[in-house]
Amino acid sequence: MSGHLHKDYTGAKFGMWLFLFTEVLLFGGLFILYGVYLARYPKEFVMAGSQLNVWFGGANTLVLLTSSLFVAMSITALRRGAKRLCLGLLGGTVACAAIFMINKFFEWSAKIHHGIYPGSAHLKEMLPGEMVFFNIYYLTTGLHGIHVVIGAIVLSWTMVFIKTGRVNAGDWVILENAGLYWHLVDLIWIFIFPLYYLILH
Amino acid sequence: MSRDLPPAATGRGFFDEGRYPGIFGWIFSTDHKRIGLLYLWSIGTAFCVGAILGLLLRLELWAPGRTIMDAQTYNAAFTLHGVIMIFLFIIPGIPAAFGNLVMPIQIGARDVAFPRLNLLSWWLYISGAALAVTALFTGGGPPDTGWTFYVPFSTHTSTNVSLATVAVFLLGFSSILTGLNFITTIHRLRAEGMTWMRIPLFTWSLYATAWIQVLATPVLGITVALVFAERVIGTGLFDPAQGGDPIMFQHLFWIYSHPAVYIMVLPGMGVVSDIIPVFSRKPAFGYKAIVVSSLAIAFAGSLVWAHHMYTSGMSDTAVMVFSFLTFIVAIPSAIKVFNWLATMYQGSILLDPPLLFALSFILLFTIGGLTGLVLGSAATDIHVHDTYFVVGHFHFVMFGGTGMAFFAAMHYWLPKIYGRMYDKIVATVAWGVIFVGFCVLYLSMKVVGLMGMPRRYWDYVPEFTGLNQLATIGSWILAIGLVLMFVNLIRGLFWGPPAGDNPWGGATLEWQIPSPPPAENFDSDPVVTHGPYDFKKAGIL
Repeated sequence: MSGHLHKDYTGAKFGMWLFLFTEVLLFGGLFILYGVYLARYPKEFVMAGSQLNVWFGGANTLVLLTSSLFVAMSITALRRGAKRLCLGLLGGTVACAAIFMINKFFEWSAKIHHGIYPGSAHLKEMLPGEMVFFNIYYLTTGLHGIHVVIGAIVLSWTMVFIKTGRVNAGDWVILENAGLYWHLVDLIWIFIFPLYYLILH
Repeated sequence: MSRDLPPAATGRGFFDEGRYPGIFGWIFSTDHKRIGLLYLWSIGTAFCVGAILGLLLRLELWAPGRTIMDAQTYNAAFTLHGVIMIFLFIIPGIPAAFGNLVMPIQIGARDVAFPRLNLLSWWLYISGAALAVTALFTGGGPPDTGWTFYVPFSTHTSTNVSLATVAVFLLGFSSILTGLNFITTIHRLRAEGMTWMRIPLFTWSLYATAWIQVLATPVLGITVALVFAERVIGTGLFDPAQGGDPIMFQHLFWIYSHPAVYIMVLPGMGVVSDIIPVFSRKPAFGYKAIVVSSLAIAFAGSLVWAHHMYTSGMSDTAVMVFSFLTFIVAIPSAIKVFNWLATMYQGSILLDPPLLFALSFILLFTIGGLTGLVLGSAATDIHVHDTYFVVGHFHFVMFGGTGMAFFAAMHYWLPKIYGRMYDKIVATVAWGVIFVGFCVLYLSMKVVGLMGMPRRYWDYVPEFTGLNQLATIGSWILAIGLVLMFVNLIRGLFWGPPAGDNPWGGATLEWQIPSPPPAENFDSDPVVTHGPYDFKKAGIL
């Protein structure tokens, strides 16, 4: 508003937290479906889950946890005035996002190569429970992948703001909100990993 | 309080200063009042289109068999009527239009917490509306699923359901952002002295609504996204052939869409709660009870979704649980009705147009709510499920409730926003015509539904002809009333006499500033010293 610059850090973070609730509920719909179908097809879910590669999933879990650490550190770095360190850490986060997506690409490619993807002939020969598992697997990890990409874009954008000085040691709520969003992306993966990859272990 | 200066003397308030010239000063404005008016005109347009479709549907039902359209066109027309009225009119109606126009002023703020996000909400709304219109003319023809997009039909029909689901997703996102913005605004931007128990009841109702918008809408988002995915890439999560369960679609859909009913009606209750004390010249009776009942409706309303699914094959236990929970919602709703009546008791009542619309809200909403209980109890629901009784019921609640509240809000607040007054006599006549037309139209539907006429059919057996023709005649009366009301409002707001700052004698903050409000609402930050309906301390009485 003209002539009345209003900065409300608590308000900005409050709004971000509300938005994160909506994201949790968006994924919540998929988790509800997972729960209902798991109760209906417990054996088939274990059979299908054992076909996923735990190493791919485990590596991606480590990558995302590391990236979250980088984001948390970058905020502290900026608040202490270490602008270059902050940018370096954020660069590390975006790199982690890229590694995650490349990993995911190879994982999905291998599955698709084996003829397992929504609507495929091979999938339709499987048991109903296995079909449901793979369909919901692709939808959940796909939606999560979209969020990884969005998160990486938001963090890159924030890096530009930090470079131009719009986000700085005295005004860092944008970075903190971007970081909150990234932690959410991480958090959702923390639920996806055991539900899909570790279901038989 | 009234300064009785014509707008020419006080300037045109926020109409004067735009950031950009011409139309760009509106569509890129972050002023909550300008965004509110953008919403109001967009929503008003959507309402008129939806109403015309409704008239055409009634015309088709004038006689059995083909009257003016074939079965497929009829399916597309009622789908479009539902989608427009639900997603483009009733859900955004009062919160996005009047919430934006009035809420920040009511709590003494200069704008909402996130003005640019607010503008984005409107753009998402317009994009969603544009996509919904595009869906009519592209792909395999206009969607014919009804507004509920039930599987398996929605995943198998060749019509353009995919694009329509994208439109609904965007509209949902718009609704979420508005809700998020309002919650933050009400928490963070209240003026000094505006304690929680001094917040006007309209703003309270928006607060409860905003929580439902934020918590329920994402579930709709994922549900329509899944329908989209099932159509486009074949992830058959609701397809029994692939191990899915269509009932799960209904659960997910109603987890949003039943709370959405309270997104629609709670703001209407807020409007009525604000209007009745002003026109009775008495403080709201049971202010705290009304506040608590708003929150209770928001909470209990989230637990009753499966009462739309009694005939879908759920277990009997689930049916009984959801039936019981449904009856619980009636309690906070009744608390509100009794409090409104108690507010008016021994009041000094002024029968101006806003109060007339508010009173018709109470009557029609009560009838609609009580017929809702017929549907809420499982035994009777089995008999009337998917009949015209249901259509009559939800039009009483949605149109008789929210629609009337929307009209009440227009007659109450638009003189403030535009600074000019409409002709009250014409408005009263229009109200009377609308009320009569409404009752003829929807009461006939209820009766013909009890006789067994199913909904969503373009044809019916000859025994139902009389009541259907009565309903169609009612729709014409209603249309005449609506045209009269809109013409009178538009004429008054643009060319009518100056309204003054406080034409109704309200004690809330929006009446203490000039009409139309200046760009940043308040010259200096207001300090609130009394409750919203304390007419004595406000100097009204």
